[in-house]
Amino acid sequence: MSFINYLSREINCKIVYYGPGLCGKTTNLQYIYNKTNPEAKGKMISLATETERTLFFDFLPLALGEIRGFKTRFHLYTVPGQVFYDASRKLILKGVDGVVFVADSQIARTEANIESMENLRTNLAEQGYSLDKLPYVVQYNKRDMPHVAPVEELRALLNPAGVPDFEAVATQGEGVFETLKAVAKLVLTELKRGTK
Amino acid sequence: MTDPQMVMYEEEFNQIQAIVERLVRESNARVVFIIDKNGQLIAAAGETEQLDATSLASLTAGNVAATGGMAKLLRESEFTTQFHEGERQNIHIQLVGNRVILVVIFDNKTSLGLVRLRVKKASEELNRIFEALLAKVRDGAETPFAEITDDDIDNLFND
Repeated sequence: MSFINYLSREINCKIVYYGPGLCGKTTNLQYIYNKTNPEAKGKMISLATETERTLFFDFLPLALGEIRGFKTRFHLYTVPGQVFYDASRKLILKGVDGVVFVADSQIARTEANIESMENLRTNLAEQGYSLDKLPYVVQYNKRDMPHVAPVEELRALLNPAGVPDFEAVATQGEGVFETLKAVAKLVLTELKRGTK
Repeated sequence: MTDPQMVMYEEEFNQIQAIVERLVRESNARVVFIIDKNGQLIAAAGETEQLDATSLASLTAGNVAATGGMAKLLRESEFTTQFHEGERQNIHIQLVGNRVILVVIFDNKTSLGLVRLRVKKASEELNRIFEALLAKVRDGAETPFAEITDDDIDNLFND
């Protein structure tokens, strides 16, 4: 749920990176954090286990610039991807304005991608949202790995609605900012439309 | 969408800020914050310059969300108060009207009893202000985004 502050002339939006365990959600945020000017970002917070698996969420506040004198600020969150953290995932979706679904392109992770997409739909529905009405984009990550599924196949499985989608190698930053920009743009367009 | 859009206007902000500043004084606290349940900082007073308010806001909201999740599992509606005790500092977290979170950070210059007492009074006042604010938003107050164009959005990403 975006927050418009007339006094500080700011608009704040929440974007959540969703996807199966080890698909690269945290890596997306780390790359964005490393490549953003210090004045445009806040501290990145990772609530992770000792083995660097996300336990609750990662958080990165980001300023994207001004629209009509209003500063646009985006709060980026990741969810813990591991199946048994479902209760935490639900909490992080509260108040979401836009979703990035990060898929793991490796053939061996096909089932995990599908399961995570279904889990996203279920958890959004519990909060009273529908993925079809929410700004969202899909990222096919890990394109550099040896045994990856063709993009057309992933698209047919994970993006039948044809929302903007991107190939990525998040460890090297490929496709990371393209994905972020696309979802930010959809969120702002939705805000505009939401005002009717 | 499940909730009305959160919007803050100057009039309500000034009322909220006055309460927050008074709470710092009356409870002898170091810092007082108000954040919404999604982790957006709404108002702050006290020694704020030494703190990373954005990070604190997001973590507090996560904490409150997790506690709310536990409440649900126990079939409680909410646990409205949390208290974290440290060696030198303490945090008192109060859910106000199930919509915003009042956070008080204090040290040994005051006591939990006094903080609780002052928080209770402030919560009631804040609840009234936020109720009125949300009613105003529901009645369809204008937003700046009605006027923006697709070009405005494109320009944001043209660097």
